[in-house]
Amino acid sequence: MPDFAEFSHFWVYLSASPLLGLTMTLCAYLAAQRIFVLCKASPLANPVAITVALIVGVLWLTGMSYERYFAGAQFVHFLLGPATVALAVPLVRQLPRLRRAALPLGAALLAGSVTAIVSAVVVALLLGATPELAYTLGPKSATSPIAMAVSERLGGIPALTAALVIGTGIFGAVFGRYVFMLLRIRSDAACGFALGLASHGIGTARAFQVSPEMGAFAGLAMGLNGALTALLAPWLVPLVMGWMQ
Amino acid sequence: MLAAFAVLLLFQCLGEGIVFVFHLPLPGPVAGMLLLMVALIALPKLQALVEQAANTLLSHLSLLFVPAGVGIVVAASSGSGHWVAILASLVVSTVLALAVTGLILRRMGNPAKDGDA
Repeated sequence: MPDFAEFSHFWVYLSASPLLGLTMTLCAYLAAQRIFVLCKASPLANPVAITVALIVGVLWLTGMSYERYFAGAQFVHFLLGPATVALAVPLVRQLPRLRRAALPLGAALLAGSVTAIVSAVVVALLLGATPELAYTLGPKSATSPIAMAVSERLGGIPALTAALVIGTGIFGAVFGRYVFMLLRIRSDAACGFALGLASHGIGTARAFQVSPEMGAFAGLAMGLNGALTALLAPWLVPLVMGWMQ
Repeated sequence: MLAAFAVLLLFQCLGEGIVFVFHLPLPGPVAGMLLLMVALIALPKLQALVEQAANTLLSHLSLLFVPAGVGIVVAASSGSGHWVAILASLVVSTVLALAVTGLILRRMGNPAKDGDA
């Protein structure tokens, strides 16, 4: 006869330590990787989305709070910093191509960045969103620390911006392939640059699943679009809102 | 491996420092990435040192977004109305940004193989 009181003590102890959140994150990710492989590496089986869904399910079933979960998961979260720095390695390998294509890359960066910001604001306002929501949506293609800072400066809701940044990342990573197929965009460099620009780090993670070259261009676009959004959005978003009135 | 990780952290610190001192509109790690690029160009020997650790980290980039992703789902369930406008804006704008960027670069050559994103 198992002793349930004993088990509940054990559970209380375990769920209070960082061990559980960390173990859960790694196990859920391994399961998501299996599913991704079983689905023949289809972008529809996005590992970030599957892992998040599994963990949210477990948190919901066990009533564990996000704060407790994050106490363990923060060790994984922390590695985002060094991983971003590490993007320099594949980038340097593509340097001769970057030099040769500096002009088209610059043009694509500017056009893509303006498109991402302006279209997000216009569509939201056309469908009756408040100005506050338009400010929140404007920077959503930038990497989350930049997007949140821009949203705050404009008068948006930074926490909601963070949510929309992750949503944008997952959406682009999952459906980017179909956009490229439809438009017959085939080069790894072009697909990677577009994924990183529109869907920041999660798009970059998807690009690395396809090839290191695609990943390098995605990482470059993520960094450049982060900087450009920080420069453009603070005056472009109010400008577009002025036109719309 | 350990030395490589120390190099990555060191450049992250440098990036954070420069962003703080010059009030740059960049996250510290992105500045660190640019600094490491400069260092790798100046010191090609560094490439061999950091290569393996960098590739290992980047091959599991998806995993690193999970903790933030879970937090966001929890936060998003607190809702704010206007979900149709928010979702439409997100979808339309992401597709347009992917299309515009990709189309401008469509003619960019592919030395290795055709893409399959």
